Amino acid sequence: MKTLRIVLGIVIALIGVQNPLVAGKVYVGKGHPVKTIQQGINNAQPGDTVLVEKGVYKENEIKLNKAIYLKGISFPVIDGGKKGNVMEIHAKGAVLEGFRIINSGQSEMHDLAGVLLVDSYGVTIKNNQFDNNTYSILTQHSRNCTIKDNEIRAYANNEVLFGNGVHCWRSDSMYIIGNNISGHRDGIYFEFVTNSLVWRNISRKNIRYGLHFMFSNNDTYIANVFEKNESGVAVMYTNNVNMYNNYFNDNWGGAAFGILLKDISDGEISGNYFGHNTTALDIEGCNRLKIFKNKFVNNGYAIKISASTLDNEITRNNFISNTFDVATNGTLVANSFTGNYWDKYEGYDLNKDGRGDIPYRPISLYSTIIESNPASLMLFRSIIVSLLDKTEKLLPGITPENLKDEKPYMKPLPL
Amino acid sequence: MKKILKYVIVDIIQNKIVVIYTALLLLISLSVFNLESSAAKGMASLLNLILLVVPLVCVIFSTIYVYNSSEFTELLVSQPLKRKTIWLSLFGGLATSLSLAFLIGVGVPVMLYHADPTGLVLILSGLFLTVVFVSIAFLAVGWTRDKAKGIGWAIALWLFFALIFDALVLFLLFQFQDYPLENAMVVMSFFNPIDLSRVQILLQMDISALMGYTGAVFREFFGSTTGILISFFGLLIWIVIPLLFSLRSFKRKDM
Repeated sequence: MKTLRIVLGIVIALIGVQNPLVAGKVYVGKGHPVKTIQQGINNAQPGDTVLVEKGVYKENEIKLNKAIYLKGISFPVIDGGKKGNVMEIHAKGAVLEGFRIINSGQSEMHDLAGVLLVDSYGVTIKNNQFDNNTYSILTQHSRNCTIKDNEIRAYANNEVLFGNGVHCWRSDSMYIIGNNISGHRDGIYFEFVTNSLVWRNISRKNIRYGLHFMFSNNDTYIANVFEKNESGVAVMYTNNVNMYNNYFNDNWGGAAFGILLKDISDGEISGNYFGHNTTALDIEGCNRLKIFKNKFVNNGYAIKISASTLDNEITRNNFISNTFDVATNGTLVANSFTGNYWDKYEGYDLNKDGRGDIPYRPISLYSTIIESNPASLMLFRSIIVSLLDKTEKLLPGITPENLKDEKPYMKPLPL
Repeated sequence: MKKILKYVIVDIIQNKIVVIYTALLLLISLSVFNLESSAAKGMASLLNLILLVVPLVCVIFSTIYVYNSSEFTELLVSQPLKRKTIWLSLFGGLATSLSLAFLIGVGVPVMLYHADPTGLVLILSGLFLTVVFVSIAFLAVGWTRDKAKGIGWAIALWLFFALIFDALVLFLLFQFQDYPLENAMVVMSFFNPIDLSRVQILLQMDISALMGYTGAVFREFFGSTTGILISFFGLLIWIVIPLLFSLRSFKRKDM
């Protein structure tokens, strides 16, 4: 009987360890024996939950290195005191939730962050508030991590000393979802990040780019909002980029773009809205992009396309109330512009198939003139300029002859 | 002065041409807003109307009117009235009635379809252009007694400001392409009342495109409150100076 009891006890104990419902809980904070978060983490076993009570924890370089659930109760503040990283995660399957992480260090030598994620797998960072960190979330060599629903704010005022909101480097399969980022250098920055999803983020009022990536193949961007960033969005040297249903708004300035695509190949850009940008879409050296079903409204230039781009298909887009629809810098055109709606189209549709019978030439003579002599923009909308444009439309001489939409739509497409 | 002014205004309003002008403006404005797919496009078409048609009608109508009322003017001169009063009353009557025509013809439709800062600037610029070109017409009348010559001068002045000036500026821009011309362009636009009003409207309509590098210089100047005030002050100068010159020649004129 006694042996049976012992065996039973061992079995129950084993079940207990395996069962997450009875996994250990460690409390940190006032009224508990554990006073610091680091000590709480040290005391916990993998699979445990560490609950941190409300309060201010002046800690930095907190090391989270095991698979625990670290959860703050009504946003306890972790104040890094302007020294080093606030928290370093080096774990597999850890979760960080519900903290307010502020005041990381600032350095010209090291990239210091609110949360530094190194060599991690399956880590989730969700529902946190980041305030006044150099980099808010910085990941390196990590895979399959989720950064979700964080409020990220900073007060950057120069591009050298300040860092990015979500900065990923050499990572794979990252999920950046529903974050609200403002006031950093770049909102979201990817370098060598592959197979990742950026979904439902809002990146605004950053002092450089809302989104910035390089060498980051096979990533998808869905339903994000990028607005009022000093230089808009710039993405470079990447293959297989897909961007769906994003908003690019209010990016004003000589070097500001709704989105600047440089050396991007094989992607789809669809369902996006571009409003009130100086240049909505600037395409340089890109190949085989499919740009369709986008709306370009009230931009200075809807599309600037360089002569070095090849085989891009621009179709079924709406171009409404833009100052200039398309501008280019050469005469070579190796891209297709067939089947868009242009509000400046003045043709007719005799056979009533909804498509214009004469081609539309989206490049006006004057946009070509401005390209070579920017100061002449100030003569725009004067009578002499309208006359020049009308003449050029009848007898194309300077604008590229084959940049035209053979079958423009007569009515805006329902997008 | 009040009496003459009243008489001139009544005379002009009874004149069918101003009524036709008002109706024409109203017709164009309404059709532009109803036919174009968006109100913004309507505004762009209206801009051409304001920069081209309004100055032309104002300058030609005023010139002809002043010549045609030369007998009436002579009669007034023989009365114990100051020449300045006579001339300014004529000017005031023409400017008031043509501005009224513009307000009814363009101002009302714009306020109905596009009541925002862009619309307001458009109306204000149109009003200023109306008065400026009445003043320019008086200048042309002051130059010569011959009616045909006077109308010729008026049309030449209109052609210069509407077309030739901008063509010259464009030519200069390309001749001096290698130099920074932004500030020179700001100064240059003050030499043409049509350009001054066009730039004001452009800043409202194409602000996104103007935010580019060159635009920045312009926006900083014309976009600021002082800039707006200075440019409307510039338009005011364009009313006053030709009027003073014409007044001087009218005072010396041997009737």
